[in-house]
Amino acid sequence: MNNIYMDNNATTMVDPLVLEEMMPYFSEQFGNPNSIHKFGTSTHPAIAKAIDRMYSAINAGDNDDIIFTSCATESNNWVLKSIWVDKILNGDKNHIVTTEVEHPSILSTCKFLEDQGVKVTYLPVNEKGIVEAHTVKNFITDKTALVSIMWANNETGMIFPIEEIGEVCQTKGVLFHSDGVQAVGKIPVDLQQVNVDFVSMSAHKFHGPKGIGALYIKNSEKLTPLLHGGEHMGGRRSGTLNVPAIVGMGKAVELATTNLDETMSKIAKLRDRLEDALLKLPDTVVVGDKNERTPNTFLISVRGVEGESMLWDLNNDLIGASTGSACASEDLEANGAMIAIGADVELAHTGIRLSLSRFTTEQEVDQVIAAFNKATVRLRSISSSYAKVQPTKGGEATECAIAH
Amino acid sequence: MAKNDLMGGSLWDEYSDIVADRMNNPRHQGEITEEECNKNGTKLIVADFGAESCGDAVRLFWEVDSSDVIKRAKFKSFGCGTAIASSDMMVELCVGKTVKQAVKITNIDVEKALRDDPEIPAVPPQKMHCSVMAYDVIKKAASLYLGVDEESFEEEIIVCECARVSLKTLQEVIKINDLKSVEEITDYTKAGGFCKSCIKPGGHEDREWYLVDILADVRREMDEEKMKNAADAVDGDFKTMTIVQKIKAIDAVIDESIRQFLIMDGGDMEIIDIKESDEYIDVYIRYLGACNGCASSSTGTLYSIESTLREKLATNIRVLPI
Repeated sequence: MNNIYMDNNATTMVDPLVLEEMMPYFSEQFGNPNSIHKFGTSTHPAIAKAIDRMYSAINAGDNDDIIFTSCATESNNWVLKSIWVDKILNGDKNHIVTTEVEHPSILSTCKFLEDQGVKVTYLPVNEKGIVEAHTVKNFITDKTALVSIMWANNETGMIFPIEEIGEVCQTKGVLFHSDGVQAVGKIPVDLQQVNVDFVSMSAHKFHGPKGIGALYIKNSEKLTPLLHGGEHMGGRRSGTLNVPAIVGMGKAVELATTNLDETMSKIAKLRDRLEDALLKLPDTVVVGDKNERTPNTFLISVRGVEGESMLWDLNNDLIGASTGSACASEDLEANGAMIAIGADVELAHTGIRLSLSRFTTEQEVDQVIAAFNKATVRLRSISSSYAKVQPTKGGEATECAIAH
Repeated sequence: MAKNDLMGGSLWDEYSDIVADRMNNPRHQGEITEEECNKNGTKLIVADFGAESCGDAVRLFWEVDSSDVIKRAKFKSFGCGTAIASSDMMVELCVGKTVKQAVKITNIDVEKALRDDPEIPAVPPQKMHCSVMAYDVIKKAASLYLGVDEESFEEEIIVCECARVSLKTLQEVIKINDLKSVEEITDYTKAGGFCKSCIKPGGHEDREWYLVDILADVRREMDEEKMKNAADAVDGDFKTMTIVQKIKAIDAVIDESIRQFLIMDGGDMEIIDIKESDEYIDVYIRYLGACNGCASSSTGTLYSIESTLREKLATNIRVLPI
């Protein structure tokens, strides 16, 4: 049996075609692009090509910037912290609007900014797992410096109404940032069609290498650098350019966005097949409507089976999946998305996220279905949720003492 | 934080082989029915602890004979691998014991029984909590069987369930070692080093006692004690006092033995400063009211103040009116 990777929202394998294009830029064309000799300048065509590929992948305009960063966490930190410096410390704003279900690189940075005195509004998601534009509108004040809302959710795959939120922000005259990590390469991202001022991206989520991300900046909007140093990337982001990674990101984004509809409908077909098969198990539920999710993702709750035990059994069958719930993470928190969508509290610790890629095969899906069924039967046979003999009178558990 | 903490994601690597084996193949999962017990003339006890919404739930089944011995035990569990493995080991430890003996099994016994190597913990710190549930459900079952309150099994207040550290121990350790932070408490006692619920409100589980509050209370007590000691030190060794303590001590003597006589004559005094040299302690004072300008203020009264201070505090005190 092969190892089966069903955790592509965490990271993806580097496409061998991407790696091939990167290889010459390690030991052959290793020059520093900022050097004026030919060792440096010989890397320029490859970097220019990567930049072109990035611009066309998200349909950025020539007046826009796409700045390479080390990862999306850096891009997210950059936007939030520099907006704080530019608009709050050195301006008359004091407020940021975001959501409860953002990636930790947004939430932790917002918490940090709160400690610095910034007011942050964390919008809850509705029962579908998204934040609606009218909700955003209601929370923007004349002191709001930035709205930061993810394009698609990492746990549920739910796609947020970025076009409508963009319109709201434009009308209100507020800058709009979107963490596009789970969107770019999975769904169409066309920055001529939507009004977003900043978009964070990460190469390793679309079969590029780790350690390289990017930040799209509409109309080259002013934004104090996060990393000060030499005049790299037009002085917007210092640090010697990671040439092989930039080349890799360019190739990866091209591969991921060319024929996007075709590739994604293939992935969606496999995802749907897997999802439908698992939903045949009794007492299971998937978060959000299929058509409103990224095509590769679903978060399924299996009643009576704690998330980490399911991961354990799947792992024994060589399948890698994920859970945002309790025991698998360091902090023992319940799954934020499950709580947010208002699922039964009993289901808070039962979420399993399966995320496919263009490399997922039909055979793999079948193996996952078999292993998932086997694990569900075994774990439910152990589970107190499915026990028949009831507690002795007085032996019932008291109310859960955990704060959710 | 140090070299060993730099890489995350090793959670499962920290499970002992016994934990993995018990998760993959629990020996004692299952149920015991009323019918079986009726047939054997034994008593069935079924107790629940935890809830799915907490992420951990266990149901414990005991078949107890007429001499209070647990003949058979089974469990059902909703939880992660360590919760299932802990429940399985807990049940194994119960069998053959009397109910009263079983109550003595703690989560630490369960965790130790799951170790491959007696020196290496069976589970990573944040998973210690799972074995606590195994202990709690035993107490619940025993209370049902014996018809007593669960609380009666606890001889002391346990603040950190994972490491089983009592309130009394914590208070003593903080005081004796002059601990100033929760991190120090964890270093000394292991309390708060596991599921972290007992550190402060808002953790995995609501607790009656939190380390932050205990630390604050003990520190406050220690501060009060220190201040009281300083005040009491008026009766102590004047030479070893701090300057502030010396001023207080002098003030106390003046209040106690001198001021009343000055006030009777319509006057008063205040301390302006104290200067210490190797030879003398010079106390600079200012007369107030009627004392100011009184003939005796530089003779009899002055002598009387100085000799009182010398007698009560130190023989090298000089009082200098300005």
